[in-house]
Amino acid sequence: MLRRFFAVRQRTEEMLMQKKISKIPFKGTPEQEARLKAVIAECQGDQSRLMHVMQQAQGIYGYLPYEVQVMIAEGMGVPLEKVYGVATFYAQFALSPKGKYNVSVCLGTACYVKGSQDVLDKICAGLGVEAGECSADGNFSVEECRCIGACGLAPVFTINGEVYGKVTADDVPGILAKYQNA
Amino acid sequence: MYRSHVLVCGGTGCTSSHSPEIIEALNAQLKEKGLESEVQVVRTGCFGLCSLGPIMIVYPEGCFYSQVKVDDVPEIVEEHLLKGRIVRRLLYSETAQAEEIKPLNETNFYKKQHRVALRNCGVIDPENIDEYIGADGYQALAKCLTELTPEEVVKIVSDSGLRGRGGGGFPTGRKWSFTAANKADQKYVVCNADEGDPGAFMDRSVLEGDPHCIVEAMAICGYATGATEGYVYVRAEYPIAVERLQKAIKDARAYGLLGKNIFNSGFDFDLHVRLGAGAFVCGEETALMTSIEGNRGEPRPRPPYPAVKGLFGKPTTENNVETFANIPQIILNGPAFFNTIGTETSKGTKVFALGGKITNTGLVEIPMGTTLREIVEDIGGGIPNGKKFKAAQTGGPSGGCIPAEYLDTPMDYDSLLKIGAMVGSGGLIIMDETSCMVDIAKFFLKFTVDESCGKCTPCRVGTRRLLELLEKITDGNGTMEDLDTMEALCYYIKDNSLCGLGQTAPNPVLSSYRHFKDEYIAHVKDKKCPAGACKNLTQIVIDAEKCKGCTACERKCPVGAISGTVRNPHVIDQSKCIKCGACIETCRFGAISRK
Repeated sequence: MLRRFFAVRQRTEEMLMQKKISKIPFKGTPEQEARLKAVIAECQGDQSRLMHVMQQAQGIYGYLPYEVQVMIAEGMGVPLEKVYGVATFYAQFALSPKGKYNVSVCLGTACYVKGSQDVLDKICAGLGVEAGECSADGNFSVEECRCIGACGLAPVFTINGEVYGKVTADDVPGILAKYQNA
Repeated sequence: MYRSHVLVCGGTGCTSSHSPEIIEALNAQLKEKGLESEVQVVRTGCFGLCSLGPIMIVYPEGCFYSQVKVDDVPEIVEEHLLKGRIVRRLLYSETAQAEEIKPLNETNFYKKQHRVALRNCGVIDPENIDEYIGADGYQALAKCLTELTPEEVVKIVSDSGLRGRGGGGFPTGRKWSFTAANKADQKYVVCNADEGDPGAFMDRSVLEGDPHCIVEAMAICGYATGATEGYVYVRAEYPIAVERLQKAIKDARAYGLLGKNIFNSGFDFDLHVRLGAGAFVCGEETALMTSIEGNRGEPRPRPPYPAVKGLFGKPTTENNVETFANIPQIILNGPAFFNTIGTETSKGTKVFALGGKITNTGLVEIPMGTTLREIVEDIGGGIPNGKKFKAAQTGGPSGGCIPAEYLDTPMDYDSLLKIGAMVGSGGLIIMDETSCMVDIAKFFLKFTVDESCGKCTPCRVGTRRLLELLEKITDGNGTMEDLDTMEALCYYIKDNSLCGLGQTAPNPVLSSYRHFKDEYIAHVKDKKCPAGACKNLTQIVIDAEKCKGCTACERKCPVGAISGTVRNPHVIDQSKCIKCGACIETCRFGAISRK
């Protein structure tokens, strides 16, 4: 039933170019499930901590697949629609997995004025991935992000949290090569 | 006692350029030389001059080392800390001009600043509660709880003239008095640290550099309004800020500065941290509270105002981080300390995040009423690369632009509103002649379209239609009627949207249209982008004198628009060119450019 709800939602969402539920099969381990259960147990009974649980779940699994959303909904005693609603509202929640290396390009004002769009274009071209996508081999995903607060170093992008500041489009191939050959 | 203190910036900017590794290397080197009992290394909050990071200051000399690398550490330890010889090559150039080192607060960047909210940033170790207490920390709270009644606290804040620093500019004292006047079994204090304006980072810096002052201010607010619980809603994108704030709360609890019966006064207060998840609309007060409750962060209609029915349906006072950061100083020094700074209607200081095309990017705190010219030319050090100042964007996606003819406008709430801009959260992005104002307006609108929560139609549909109009214009397909439609749509969205996001979303378009109408008309009538930023309105041309006829570009062009013979200049057929720019990158002689 809910699968069908998701399938319908998914089609509408695709039309709106919004978040998509991943088609990649779910591969959760019992350890991950135990960790999630522990987080839920800690927050049970306080529905205002739903976002906290979802943030923790994303930390455990890397994204929020259907199966994890079901676990959260049941554990927290809230409808699945609500979990899905919150997951699709906030930019931080991912419904599909990220690449081994997640490249996040800041498109905040300070970075944009200093040419971060060119940097993003160059990264996408270099990896053959569109922003918001993951490469077929699962190695690289690229996302646009809002200000990370390092405006003094504009333009900036991060790869798995490592910050590259004051970059130009010309610096991109050299930086990417470090990860492509890793 | 240490004979020397080394302060290293641990803000996000400097951490990104490896300041933690520098601290590690410093400690290792000091240990090796046996200096660890003589020299203390302190990781502080942000110094403000982020463009020169990582920053290190060595006291007692006050040497300001900029752009320090890990490899420079052995030299600093050996030469400066061991032998007492300053490493001149690493000194911030302006302080090193004469024989004597110029004190930091006499440099152009710091001279005109007046630090109240950022008082402790870059001075104390934010993770050490004792350092905060040593800098008069928690004395304001003690004064409130032991000497003042809640009414007196509200009166001091009212008399100070402090207005909300998050963008609205509502008098803080009056806000507090509303909540105080409502009777309820439970009231809340909320700190808005969901700094959504892309390009502003003062709240982040305060939380990273001086988290205890927010804890203290919120407790004071709780006492004044009768609340016993507080929530800080922080962006998840600020991990360092979250970590330090959580540590601050833990330490304050351990010292009995949060919890039950604080200072034996019978007053209870405790704090919780809630993380945002990347939604700009959550900076709006009612949306933020909806989000804390664990829902999609959609705004609620007002009234009822939060002072009556806020978080979990209870009376709530919500203030921005920077507003709170001023509170302890106001309580300690009295309202006159604050209301003698600034202008008639805008008291005190304001922190601006200076960014974009300017030499000194970073955080500056200036008295209200300082002119934009002083910020750009004196503090900011002017526009780099010999370019000319074109406009400054204030208030981010909700604000407007200030063109060159208004450079002498004082920066305060009312003067900026008069010229169609706003103080907003304090983001101040400087643009030079290569920035296209239509493109910037489009950029902000793209942001608001993405961030519109979708609850009300004027904002959800209106901003999208507005963006489509702007895209039409920057693609070179706009008509003069489109400009009129655009303007009318802007006013419609402003008048009919539910919350602040929609009501202010058209501001960047309206203000750039007001001040740079010529530029819009050039896009529509002449199909030209005067700044050369809109790709579809530029032409790619080959300089015949520089072209060697190597044919590299001809082979690279995906649409076969380039033709020519070997060793003769090539030409681009403009009717075929798709302006992808592949030829510009291929050319080894720099003969191809966008015009």
